[in-house]
Amino acid sequence: MDQPVPLSADHHDPFAKPGALTPVGSEPIVRVADLQKFYGDNHVLKGVTLEVYPRETICLIGKSGSGKSTLLRCINFLEEPTVGLIEVDGLRVDADPLRARNRQHQEQIRQIRLRAQMVFQEFNLFPHMKVIDNLIEGPIRVKGVSRDQAIATAENYLAKVGLAEKRDEYPGRLSGGQKQRVAIARALTMEPKVLLFDEPTSALDPTLVGEVINVMEELAHEGATMIVVTHEMAFAREAADRVYFIEGGQFVEVGPPDQVIEDPRDPRTREFLARTFGKAHVPA
Amino acid sequence: MSEAARGGPAGARNEYDLTLARPEDIVRRVAVHRARSRRRFRTIFLLTWLVLVGALVIALAQSGKVDPAFIGKWGPFILGGIPVTLFVSVVSIIFAVVFALFGALGRLSGNPTIYAIATLYVSLVRGTPLIVQIIFVYLALPQFGIVLDPLTSGIFALSFNYGAYLTEIFRAGVEAVPRGQREAAAALGMQERSIMRRVILPQAIRIVTPAIGNDFISMTKDSALVSYVTIEEVFWRANNAGTQTFRNFEALMIAAVVYWVMTIVLSFGQERLEKRMAQSDVRV
Repeated sequence: MDQPVPLSADHHDPFAKPGALTPVGSEPIVRVADLQKFYGDNHVLKGVTLEVYPRETICLIGKSGSGKSTLLRCINFLEEPTVGLIEVDGLRVDADPLRARNRQHQEQIRQIRLRAQMVFQEFNLFPHMKVIDNLIEGPIRVKGVSRDQAIATAENYLAKVGLAEKRDEYPGRLSGGQKQRVAIARALTMEPKVLLFDEPTSALDPTLVGEVINVMEELAHEGATMIVVTHEMAFAREAADRVYFIEGGQFVEVGPPDQVIEDPRDPRTREFLARTFGKAHVPA
Repeated sequence: MSEAARGGPAGARNEYDLTLARPEDIVRRVAVHRARSRRRFRTIFLLTWLVLVGALVIALAQSGKVDPAFIGKWGPFILGGIPVTLFVSVVSIIFAVVFALFGALGRLSGNPTIYAIATLYVSLVRGTPLIVQIIFVYLALPQFGIVLDPLTSGIFALSFNYGAYLTEIFRAGVEAVPRGQREAAAALGMQERSIMRRVILPQAIRIVTPAIGNDFISMTKDSALVSYVTIEEVFWRANNAGTQTFRNFEALMIAAVVYWVMTIVLSFGQERLEKRMAQSDVRV
């Protein structure tokens, strides 16, 4: 199976690939075409193609080290991909590792990030700022929104994640679940086209996972476009339109959750799910 | 039923006998015991200091070689140098922090020229004696038409010197801010400058504040060196009083005690500041 992967994205139609399911009558809001990533000699992503349509929720699942987080981090260029292209809401940026520090390339990357906001596993709230200041920093500094407007928006999203009363707390005084909900609100205040979630519940105490998942499910049902790297199969089953199982830097199986999770066809997917669920997994 | 029959305190033979005590009594007695040994430790510590210092003072007084009248006559003159010492130290540490801020940014810069300048600064300053730098500024620069008054040259040399040492501390402080902070700010779409100014530096400064305190305390002692450029601080006054009266022992003893007491007071203040910062420390 490990055939050499072509290093050029141009010699065939990158979107003509299995896994790129095309709903009728809409344009994808995120395209990832033939994305490859090397860390030195380590070939982490071996040509990944992905399309996400507006209002869809996509779950990326797979073992640790399979490349799922790397893929997500490539979408907003926190990792510079080696080969391939990324398109978010009509803005296309080609992988260009040689000119990664180039000013024009950096500006394009910044524009991609404004469209695709990231929620991190470790929350990464700014500890020296109050919750409200965490939320208005981006809109004021980056989007040039007026302070009053930014505060109004921030309070709105803070209420949405159920933390209106924590407005003037410092992050250090919040629980893990609360921190992550603030982090989600911070991403929302930038009013992005797509939300990227990088294992948002993996750093949480098990009892706190639910409150974060609830917020995410609510967002998914309201029609936010989300790409979620997760181990929470219950969330994938409940909220995902499609699930991508990734292993060894390639998609192995793609489909709706009741197929990929409940009735996996590829033996590698089956093995992964069996290990994730343990013996308790009884396909419905 | 009597106390003893129930196994109450009446059954105990002495305060260390816990055989018949109830658990809550044991807890209370352990707490009392701990508090008592802490007090005992502190009392013995203070007594030891008192005995040692007292013995020294008495021995000196009995020796007949020390003139107690000197203290009354010249003491106020030497103590009058304290404000000068403190002024030089405070102003110098402020400028040192400014030098260090630019130095650290240079040491972290990707621009080879800026990096080279910052590295040259650190290398040059740390590779030459402070006393040489102080006298150089005062005596050597005038050869090139740069004439600075004593106070200016003393403060400049001290802050230039301490700035180089603090540069490395600041650089380490910036690098100690977790990587996720930079990523979160970049993912919001913030530009390099705002990331540094709004997210990284405020946290780095918090990290290095204890080090600045330490350097300030060393500065109060090293400020004795500016007496060489005729700034009338504590050591200059002691030295002059001593040589004029041929009572060097008394004069230098007073200067030493002044520096010692100043550092004790400053260390105490720093300890309290650090404790307060630890309490309000808000880490994610």
